Amino acid sequence: MSTLQIDNLSASVGKEQILNNLNFTLPKGEVHAIMGPNGSGKSTLSKVLAGHPDYQVTGGNACMDGTELLGLNPDEIARLGLFLAFQYPVEVPGVSIANFIRAAVKSRLPEGESIKAVEFYKELYLKMDDLGMDRSFTSRSMNEGFSGGEKKRCEILQMSMLNPKYCILDETDSGLDIDALRVVSEGINQMKNPDRGILVITHYQRLLDYIVPDKVHVMWEGRIVRSGDKTLALELEDKGYDWIKEEVAAA
Amino acid sequence: MIKPSNIEIDREKGNFHYPTSKYAFDAGVGLSEDVVKYISGVKNEKDWILDFRLKAHSIFEKKPMPTHWASKDLENIDFDVIRYYLAQGQQPSRTWDEVPDDIKNTFERLGIPEQERKFLAGVEAQFDSEAAYSRMKEDLEKEGVIFVGSTEGLRDYPEIFKKWFGKVIPSSDNKFSALNSAVFSGGSFIYVPPGVKLAQPLQAYFRINAENFGQFERTLIIADEGSEITYMEGCTAPKFETSTLHSAVVELVALKGAKIQYITVQNWSNNVFNLVTKRAMAEEEAEVRWIDCNIGSRLTMKYPGVILRGRKARGEVLSIALANDGQHQDTGAKMVHAASETTSNVIAKSVSIGEGRSSYRGLVQIPGHLEHCKNNTECDALLINSDSQTDTYPAIAIQGSENSVQHEASVSKVSAEQIFYMQQRGLNQAEAMSLYVNGFVNDLIREFPMEYSVELKRLIDLEMEGSVG
Repeated sequence: MSTLQIDNLSASVGKEQILNNLNFTLPKGEVHAIMGPNGSGKSTLSKVLAGHPDYQVTGGNACMDGTELLGLNPDEIARLGLFLAFQYPVEVPGVSIANFIRAAVKSRLPEGESIKAVEFYKELYLKMDDLGMDRSFTSRSMNEGFSGGEKKRCEILQMSMLNPKYCILDETDSGLDIDALRVVSEGINQMKNPDRGILVITHYQRLLDYIVPDKVHVMWEGRIVRSGDKTLALELEDKGYDWIKEEVAAA
Repeated sequence: MIKPSNIEIDREKGNFHYPTSKYAFDAGVGLSEDVVKYISGVKNEKDWILDFRLKAHSIFEKKPMPTHWASKDLENIDFDVIRYYLAQGQQPSRTWDEVPDDIKNTFERLGIPEQERKFLAGVEAQFDSEAAYSRMKEDLEKEGVIFVGSTEGLRDYPEIFKKWFGKVIPSSDNKFSALNSAVFSGGSFIYVPPGVKLAQPLQAYFRINAENFGQFERTLIIADEGSEITYMEGCTAPKFETSTLHSAVVELVALKGAKIQYITVQNWSNNVFNLVTKRAMAEEEAEVRWIDCNIGSRLTMKYPGVILRGRKARGEVLSIALANDGQHQDTGAKMVHAASETTSNVIAKSVSIGEGRSSYRGLVQIPGHLEHCKNNTECDALLINSDSQTDTYPAIAIQGSENSVQHEASVSKVSAEQIFYMQQRGLNQAEAMSLYVNGFVNDLIREFPMEYSVELKRLIDLEMEGSVG
């Protein structure tokens, strides 16, 4: 039951079929990585799981700790405990980081319960310190005028404040220089926990130097075509994706 | 869902009505010279005031509706079914205990006595045509501050108020200023002596209680040299089947070096025609700031203005308008530069929800013989739904090479990706919209006194409920 389990998931956007009978299981306490060339469906998988309205599910199931996610609203899925760190975090003009996270935390509280401001800020500042974020950051508008690294740090900050059961990190390493990559990875590593599953979606192996996965999956043409341990990522780094494509074609 | 459980003032809060049958004074239905004379008679006014009213009435009769540029919805106002004066014959009480029970209950329910205790220097509470309660802190009285209704102001202090009454906004300014000048009743007349700076705001609360009623309060604030005052007004009315008319005239006079800040939070029910003329005169180095928040009403037409008459005078309009289904917020600002080195700033933000429509009309005039005048205008519109509407009508007349003007306008829509992002963090659609709108107006809301900004944020939350889906 303590898994994010995807069975035979198929999904399309418009007329284009993108996910094809995808199977995948992420148990709590583990870190998995999904790798794959551009256009293999990695980002679609994360959007479908998060309930994005532009994607139509054409078959299969996605159960989080036994609860079917497909068909739920994005906010219901989020409150059940699935967090998606966006590849391209969106601007929300005029809403400060502090107020945004506060609204997100509040949406998880039972009705009539309110946030205790002192404790909220204490926790927020502590986590910002961990991510090397200046405290003045809290008053800046969400993602407005942020650098790539600031955006990704802000995603990790939200993730750690919202205490999700499963985290999906979509191309979190894109647009990061090596220092930012290290800090963001440390933030993700601190989220590792026996009660939490983490899925890292990435194009490159270099992120996995910092976040060591328990399993690596390779995605191609909308499904997982190969799974292995972390050495698989190194093999991909070394040989590229073509040999996998050829193997799939041969099969 | 956003639950209105702990909300101080909400959109429904004004929607109640204690039936009041015992109006001792009732001018009846419809408008005529006799109605004007009746009102003046009840108030036992001097002849010059009656003359002023009668002249205004004849201007009102002659002036056409401004439908050649404004909304055709104005034609739906039936002046013959409106009641122009309703009062219980009470003098404004000095303590809440003396206020008749039905009126007291109304204001208790709107939270006015509580606000007075918490953060106000003085309160006037108007119920239909006349104030039921008026009180100011004693130390201000000792300093010579005057805070009374229009009847008392003109009767007891003509030497102070007569000079400016009807001068900033002449009766002939527009059809509705003429109407107000003919039948005005209630409102606040305020005088702040030279150098006196009020640390806390004075507040007036305007309550329409009767059906088919027209409320025509008249406000005149004179800030003498070097003085400072913040005045706040709030307005509500219950939802009736028929429409209600609110047509105020507000004149501000800021003498040399004086500062006036005038804050409005209107929360009218959706059947109110709100047609208000507001204008200020700023002498040398004076500052006038209108902060205007328009929520509710069927049609609001309001363009607060400042005539910058003295060197280095400064005028500002900060305006927020929310137009929901069945509402048209036609708002803006007028800045008339009439002296060198004057500056003006207009920031207007509107949100159109559902089939709501918001319009911005701005007028900026800087004649060529002036030097070093500056105007900055920013108007931003946010559209929530695909049926929402916004339009902008700026009229900028700038002459002279030594003057500068800057105008920026933007229209934005909430994108599906922004909503998805916020939903992914746990907010439902309505909460996401509400947060977005709050972000949109955030820099303006910060200008409101804290007590009002909290209330405003909650009002916005409630307006956003049911706006999506």
